[in-house]
Amino acid sequence: MTRLSGGLIDRSRSLNFTFDGRKLTGHPGDTLASALLANDVRLMGRSFKYHRPRGLIAAGSEEPNALVELRGGARQEPNTRATVAELFDGLDARSQNRIGSLRFDLLAVNDLFSPFFAAGFYYKTFMWPKAFWEKLYEPAIRRAAGLGSLSMQADPDAYDKGFLHCDLLVIGGGAAGLAAAQAAARSGARVILADEDFRLGGRLMAETHLLDDAPATGWVSGVEEELASLPNLRIMRRTTVFGAFDHGIYGAVERVADHLPEPGDKPRQTLWRITAKRAVLAAGAVERHIPFANNDRPGIMLAGAMRAFANRWAVSPAARVAIFTNNDDGHRTAIDLAAKGVDIAGVIDSRDNVTAMGSYPVFAGGVVSDAKGRLGLTQVEVTQNGRSQWIDCGALGVSGGWNPNLHLASHHRGRPVWDEALQSFVPAKDGPPGLIVAGAANGQGSTAAALRSGAEAAVQALGELDITATLPDLPQAEDVVSKPHALWHVPGRGRAWVDFQNDVTVKDIKLAHQENMRPVEHLKRWTTLGMATDQGKTANVTALAIMSELTGKPIPETGTTIFRPPYSGVSLSVLGGGNTAEHFRPRRLTPTHHWAEAQGAVFVEVGPWMRAQYFPRPGETHWRQTVDREVLATREGVGICDVTTLGKVDVQGADAGEFLNRLYCNGMKTLKTGMVRYGLMLREDGIAWDDGTCARLAEDHYVVTTTTAQAGPVYRHMEFARQCLWPEMDVQLISTTDAWAQVSVAGPNARRLLERIMDEGVDISNEAFPFMACKSLTICGGLRARLFRISFSGELAYEVAVPTRYGNALMQRLIETGADLGATPYGTEALGALRIEKGHAAGNELNGQTSPQMLGMDRMVSTKKDSIGAVMSRREGLAADTRRLVGLQPVDSAQPVLAGMHLFTEGAAQNTETDQGWITSACYSPHVGSAIGLGFLARGDERMGEVITGANPLDQQQVALRVVSPHFVDPDGGRLRD
Amino acid sequence: MLIPHPLLGLRDAQEFTYLGDARLIDRPDGMAEGAEAAFAEYVYLRDNPAGVHRELWFHEQGDRSWLIVTRDTVTHEILGAELARNVALAANGGEA
Repeated sequence: MTRLSGGLIDRSRSLNFTFDGRKLTGHPGDTLASALLANDVRLMGRSFKYHRPRGLIAAGSEEPNALVELRGGARQEPNTRATVAELFDGLDARSQNRIGSLRFDLLAVNDLFSPFFAAGFYYKTFMWPKAFWEKLYEPAIRRAAGLGSLSMQADPDAYDKGFLHCDLLVIGGGAAGLAAAQAAARSGARVILADEDFRLGGRLMAETHLLDDAPATGWVSGVEEELASLPNLRIMRRTTVFGAFDHGIYGAVERVADHLPEPGDKPRQTLWRITAKRAVLAAGAVERHIPFANNDRPGIMLAGAMRAFANRWAVSPAARVAIFTNNDDGHRTAIDLAAKGVDIAGVIDSRDNVTAMGSYPVFAGGVVSDAKGRLGLTQVEVTQNGRSQWIDCGALGVSGGWNPNLHLASHHRGRPVWDEALQSFVPAKDGPPGLIVAGAANGQGSTAAALRSGAEAAVQALGELDITATLPDLPQAEDVVSKPHALWHVPGRGRAWVDFQNDVTVKDIKLAHQENMRPVEHLKRWTTLGMATDQGKTANVTALAIMSELTGKPIPETGTTIFRPPYSGVSLSVLGGGNTAEHFRPRRLTPTHHWAEAQGAVFVEVGPWMRAQYFPRPGETHWRQTVDREVLATREGVGICDVTTLGKVDVQGADAGEFLNRLYCNGMKTLKTGMVRYGLMLREDGIAWDDGTCARLAEDHYVVTTTTAQAGPVYRHMEFARQCLWPEMDVQLISTTDAWAQVSVAGPNARRLLERIMDEGVDISNEAFPFMACKSLTICGGLRARLFRISFSGELAYEVAVPTRYGNALMQRLIETGADLGATPYGTEALGALRIEKGHAAGNELNGQTSPQMLGMDRMVSTKKDSIGAVMSRREGLAADTRRLVGLQPVDSAQPVLAGMHLFTEGAAQNTETDQGWITSACYSPHVGSAIGLGFLARGDERMGEVITGANPLDQQQVALRVVSPHFVDPDGGRLRD
Repeated sequence: MLIPHPLLGLRDAQEFTYLGDARLIDRPDGMAEGAEAAFAEYVYLRDNPAGVHRELWFHEQGDRSWLIVTRDTVTHEILGAELARNVALAANGGEA
């Protein structure tokens, strides 16, 4: 088929593209669909279930059949509708869902077995034997009923997210949308006009109607020019508003570079979050088809789509076409195509007493009852007055009336309402607040009504915002309302398709009715109607009408279908935006990060932070070698570790002590100024939640620490307590985690090292600065610092805090100054090993399932005061739990100990009834010379010395473990106090 | 969703962290008679209405105010927002 005359394509330039390897050409302005038609390609895909040969149904985003795979390599993109793929030079497109070639798909054999694939077939057929499902049925079904394939490579393109705000969002740039945008923009309001097409005008581009006696394109470009000149209006082409969310927030995807061979420096797509005070939905309407036997032959399409291809893209699917309609609109296609020299085989109109509106044969009171041409239509059977005849045609346009595109109006569950006169559902009045529907989307489908209702909607919406807008002078336009005759399908033998994308036929709906799957929700799930990627845009209303015919109930009583976002498919890539790989979430670096990097540290993610895990030295071949060295260096000399990531909260005010007394289960009010105390926070249900230290720097000034992981939640909880529970207290909080760099200096040489950086007159001798002391002081010649004598490792240890920007320098200074003392940096692995050796609880023990009793801290929960969780921690259920924190050591020191192992009495059966507890933390202890663990064991405190079994049934591991004190190092705490 | 912050105006719900029923501000006295029963109710029993609900939201990515937001759980309409501290002070007989 050569091109017709006219159209909105640029014939001065040609674009080369390929389809299934064939080299073809098109023009700028073409979609892949129009270019394929222009090259005589009518067969574009295979159906989902039966692999029936399929061609185009539609010209827009509602297309169910022509799903293609675009581009190659890592940019391979499945399931793009050919009707929305803008043609570019070098486009490589392929059909999908086939084995072999598109013309001879081997899986077309499925079509012969169609009696087995009727509605609900998966529920009935693949029941037995059960084991076959996973191994045989499912893989076979998945391979046969497929869509496109993925490249299995990372997407090389960038995606972005953006935020926009406006007074009025106009969704759709057709007659109604343009009139709305014009009225709104002239008022000075902030307006966004979004349209999914690459060209404004909507249906005006597809019709030959005149506006003020001139082609509509003139009016469209005039308005477009005016809008482009206004600074308060933003035109967003290639932008699909896919969802209406709460409070005037709309989601939109702008396909920034989908129409380019490669995006270059642009993002491929942008996800926009548009906050609009008001919105006008002017999304137009989608035509419906009329099912008849074999109505899925390639070449049978919607009459409005056929007209759009002819008028906008100057292409007809065949040289001789027929039209099947139940309304006047179908005749327009005949008139327009005839005007372009296409031979009209006839208009088959189901209404009696209709006459031609031009020079073409009319089959009044007739229907199309069958079609021939497996790979492309050749003939249709016309039945009229009980007599049938075959007529030759290469394409058939079908018009069954129009369904308003009301999807967004039902995104807040507003149920569309049946309009008997229009024979279609129109938007409910209880749509999303602030959204007004106009034009064909509201059932006002004539050009004049669309223009008027669009402009009026904008004036009304802005009026609600106290912005005065006036109706613009609108052009004169046709005002014919086309009322369809209620013909929903043509009865007869053979399969008549309702939902093309999911291969649902009229027979399937009848079967669902017979099997009592009558409510529309059941119908949908039993037949898979409307559940494909097109969400049944061309199918749902027709199916409902057929069900209504079967039940004998009117359509509104049969049900309605509502829609959920997204209006059309949204790629996961654009939803992810830039948040991939290391940009998945904010990544926080410690103050000593760059220093650690220079030392060759290996890093690990800890919550949002990157922390040094260990610092390998030349010659060390295994991480354990490095960690063992770091542990021993700390126990024998001095180890240094960045502990900035622990949460820090500054608590000030006259009631600071009382406030903390109520937050921690142990007392904090009695803490002396200049001292630190360990603190345990409970949840209100009595479970241990978080621990840390509380340092009292002054009468009314405390600094508390939290674990790294809970820094955010604990701070939130403290603010909750301050604002909501005890608002009358004089206390203020601020998180200072980022303000202070903090390093731990631990080991027998810790004090000697720190003395070297103290400013003159600062005395940190054991007498002047004992265990658990704290102090503000200066170091390194005037640098303000805080010193805490606290220990996580069980050694003589301090933590030094300096303003964050000095953290890196402090680390360097300590390592250099302490070289002769064995100063060694250590990472989180050694930190973990040191604390397990000492028996300190950490995140693994405070896992949200453990009580103070289990941790051996029940005596810390003060009964003399009220504190969060205290009451519930004493409840019977928790008190009865005998599991206690113990140390575990393998009897054979060569045996491993693994966190997660479950504990059993030696020789006992191993099941949930006999389960005695579990191992929470484990490591290799260089101090002990074997693996060790901490765990919770039933009656653990009474079982010291007993040998029990640690079981890891996943790996068939059984290890004999001796129950010991959790304090493997210095149980009396002498080292801490020296 | 947008939340009308009493101090900062309309703010996106993404800036907030949700907690739940605003009754959580009425914490029982742990030293009182029968505290365990009162706490069992406080910790575990919540209304879950389909309709108007008063709930706690924390402006975590903002000014760190705890708000009591009145929201219709069916329509997501937000009927008002107050500083939780003012509500708590008023409940305790203090001045907001």
